[in-house]
Amino acid sequence: MKEELLKRTVKGPDGVEFEVEPLRDYYCEAAPTVMHGAYIKIVEDLFNWARAESLWILGFGTGCGAIEMRPLMTPRFDAYRYGIQWRPTPRQANLLVISGYLSVKTLKRAIRAYEQMQNPKYVVGLGSCTINGGMYWDSYNTIKRLDQYLPVDIYIAGCMPRPEALLAGFEDLKKLIRTGQAEGANQYAERFDWYKTNQKQVIHDWDMPEYNW
Amino acid sequence: MQFDWMKIPYSLLTLFIVVNFGMILTAFIAKIAARVGRRNGIRIWQNYADLIKSYGSRSSITHGAMFYLAPVFRLTGGVGLLLFVPTIYGSSMFSNLSFAGDLILALYFVFFGTLGMALGAAESGHPHAAIGVSRGLSQVTTSELPLALAVYSVALQYHTLSVTAIVAAQQGGFEHWTLFTNPLAVAAAMLAFLGSMMRPPFDVVLAPQEIPIGPPTEYHSSYLALMQTNRAIYPIAKIVVYMNLFFGGAGNWPVFFLKVFLIYMVSVFVGVVFPRFRVEQSIRWFLIWAVPLGILSIMLV
Repeated sequence: MKEELLKRTVKGPDGVEFEVEPLRDYYCEAAPTVMHGAYIKIVEDLFNWARAESLWILGFGTGCGAIEMRPLMTPRFDAYRYGIQWRPTPRQANLLVISGYLSVKTLKRAIRAYEQMQNPKYVVGLGSCTINGGMYWDSYNTIKRLDQYLPVDIYIAGCMPRPEALLAGFEDLKKLIRTGQAEGANQYAERFDWYKTNQKQVIHDWDMPEYNW
Repeated sequence: MQFDWMKIPYSLLTLFIVVNFGMILTAFIAKIAARVGRRNGIRIWQNYADLIKSYGSRSSITHGAMFYLAPVFRLTGGVGLLLFVPTIYGSSMFSNLSFAGDLILALYFVFFGTLGMALGAAESGHPHAAIGVSRGLSQVTTSELPLALAVYSVALQYHTLSVTAIVAAQQGGFEHWTLFTNPLAVAAAMLAFLGSMMRPPFDVVLAPQEIPIGPPTEYHSSYLALMQTNRAIYPIAKIVVYMNLFFGGAGNWPVFFLKVFLIYMVSVFVGVVFPRFRVEQSIRWFLIWAVPLGILSIMLV
């Protein structure tokens, strides 16, 4: 545990002493719960349609695959015409693209970013590294199978997949969302303990709460 | 005082028309800006999908009462600005809740949403939000200065604070518009207009490439949806004020749509040509170029 995360007494500039417990004060520790959709089917269908047509990607590149996402914003591929946009904050994004290999250090950040996103949220594994480790399969500090740590909705295979492959993958993800099959956030809540056990097996310096949103 | 209750459904109808017009217009404007960059841009109905998605978000978290209220304030600013100014001149259906002296109220409403946002962004506790909103407030304040000067100049010119009376004074051909009778005030106000439309060169507050998107960093789901709704209403409401004060108002809906679109395009033309200003640059720009014009217009009147 890092020193700045420990419980301590702080003296304010006005001389008042107060207690700070960063893990409790700054984060919400309540575990995620399964959230059901709207009870009326047609409303949920409408929401699913809107979710599919408005994919907001968290601008967070984890590995070399991030370089394949940039051309999507440019005139050549222009993902905006498919309703795909980039948001700089996890609060507003609903799609986390794990772009390429994920080192253990980055996994920690990816988990935190994922947990700050709001239900429903989707994860796309980009490149072979997220499926079986790819060319990093025997590396000492990267994870091999992404779906042991985060619920993945769809993989886009290749090393590297071209931007066209990404667009095709996003179109497949849209089909999943529209049929209501992309319930990764609820899977994460249901199998929370399993995911946390897996995450803690690789992250040894776990200096954050169980669930931090 | 007699209150005509029929005004309420009529005002709601105005609101409905303006929301839908705003959603489609902002998407259309985004498409135009994208075409300048040789892209196709978002689809014309993209804003609806985004809005429904945000309302349909299953979970949301709050940081406290002000965090909760800020989007409400913001929406109140947009709706209030729209409802207290006559949308269609001479129409009893679409003159909304305007009254004598509504000009001052309109000026308040222009600022209202930003102040609410400041409180909410501060409570969200995110450093990016705090930096963003302090940038936003300083920029909006300086861009508001020439607008206020221009509005007072116009009020002095027509000896009234009622927007309806100002529109009435401009009827009978475009040579009666304030644009031609008081060009300095219009110039100052149009420079202020650039600063408040959140388009380049004055979009450092909200631009995603800057510190992550500024004030709304922590906002999501229904909170964000309220702000998206306001994004559709507020620019239109602001342009309605400009149209009424400086461009002769609108006698019917087609003229309204055309004038709003053209006034919006002013900021788009400037936006696609010029790169983004930093905050201190934009403040300096407003103080050097826009404020003297406003003062001059008051002195000449």
